[in-house]
Amino acid sequence: MEPLTNKKKVLIQKPLTFAERIYLPALTKGLSITISHFFKKEATIRYPEVQREMSINWRGMHSLKRDEDGKERCTACGLCALSCPAEAITMIAAERKPEEKDLYREEKYASVYEINMLRCIFCGLCEEACPKEAIYLDGPIVPSDYLRKDFIYGKDKLVEQPLVKK
Amino acid sequence: MDITFVIEKFILVAIIFGISLVIAMYSTYAERKVAAFLQDRLGPDRAGPAGMFQPLADGLKMFMKEEIIPTHANKWLFMVGPGLAMLTACIGTAVIPWGSAITLGSKVIPLQVTDINVGVLYIFGVVSLSVYGVMIGGWASNNKYSLLSAIRAASQNISYEVAMGLAIIALLLVTNTLSLKEIVEQQHGWRWNVLYQPLGFILFIVCAFAETNRAPFDLPECETELIGGYHTEYSSMKLGFYLFAEYINIFVSSAVMSTLYFGGYNYPGMDWVASVAGPVLAPLIGTAVLFIKIFAFIFFFMWVRWTIPRFRYDQLMHLGWKVLMPLAIANVIITGIVIAIVEKF
Repeated sequence: MEPLTNKKKVLIQKPLTFAERIYLPALTKGLSITISHFFKKEATIRYPEVQREMSINWRGMHSLKRDEDGKERCTACGLCALSCPAEAITMIAAERKPEEKDLYREEKYASVYEINMLRCIFCGLCEEACPKEAIYLDGPIVPSDYLRKDFIYGKDKLVEQPLVKK
Repeated sequence: MDITFVIEKFILVAIIFGISLVIAMYSTYAERKVAAFLQDRLGPDRAGPAGMFQPLADGLKMFMKEEIIPTHANKWLFMVGPGLAMLTACIGTAVIPWGSAITLGSKVIPLQVTDINVGVLYIFGVVSLSVYGVMIGGWASNNKYSLLSAIRAASQNISYEVAMGLAIIALLLVTNTLSLKEIVEQQHGWRWNVLYQPLGFILFIVCAFAETNRAPFDLPECETELIGGYHTEYSSMKLGFYLFAEYINIFVSSAVMSTLYFGGYNYPGMDWVASVAGPVLAPLIGTAVLFIKIFAFIFFFMWVRWTIPRFRYDQLMHLGWKVLMPLAIANVIITGIVIAIVEKF
């Protein structure tokens, strides 16, 4: 039959040469390759002690930011929760009392702000949606844990540490 | 027989037993480290400095595991199997000369448990026995995979024992003695047997890999085909015994290879060292040299394991019967002819 394409290749299985049949040259070749790796630098990074350098657009754990006076920026508008494709964010808004003026920047604030780290896909849409520049995914890798409930991070873990007064 | 002789031998046996157990223990650690380094990794480094306590942690884990004896297993044989594997692995060290005799005043302490005049045959017998542990374990498990693996182990050992025995016969033509002590004494300084029997040594080391069930001949325990091989049904320290016995076997065969082919405790310049170091220290230096050779062989075992893929079973048999055995016979004949010519002229 006429071949339809010219891609046909006839493979001939060549009989092994003597050097190939006694294995030993191939063996020494293999052994020399592996021993050369013995002296190479390890690719391993000892993770908890040593951390890999992340790229500049790396998205890690969320942090809720404070403004320059140390007041929480979040005003509980809910845009982050709305934009979240994984529905990981929940919040409860509350009204600021006069004596809490130093704590929150606007009259409305989030009394409860929770992110379920098991749901979060670290897409960064909350960061983009936020009109107040209150949430950024600039933290480290979210650590592992044993119970599901421990992955729901509240304000205690999310809010940035207050500024140290000089 | 006086009591000091018994005490002396008892201490020697205890030391050798302890050393072989510790070396087997740290072989598991070394294996993982060597594997890691050959693959550009770090290996275990969490337990203690550089992971030094990893074998202890592994041993503790083995002891803590639940012990399972399958309902349909032959209980008695199931328990005998690992013990036998361990026993046959340990008794091989009895005839190996660990060093030349230490002279303490008028007393001469040989660093060898017993110098029997059939030392090579004894080693060979013990090596042949080691398949029984695997065989009994595989049979008693009452599991198809275990049984298959046991049969593989048995036929593999029988096949490679032939070539191994023939390789040793060529060596014995050179040495003219079966006593390991005398074989080592003959290799004083640089006159190592590997220089007279290079082909014999290659044959012997290939067969040693097969006898210890190490890669590339680890068919009895290949995970991909037989789950775990003969120790599929084993758990807890019984499994530990099997794994441990393998490492003791490696240690023993490394010691045998160093003794038979690489001069045992002999090293170039040993006469000068002996005249400087004195009658107590010099034999200990020889022992240290022997252990360096043994460790080099153990490293070689591991190096090969992480380089060469496993043979297929028909390739294994082909290699054993159609390649190694004719080569070994040719080696015997050529050695015999050369010796006859050398003695004649």
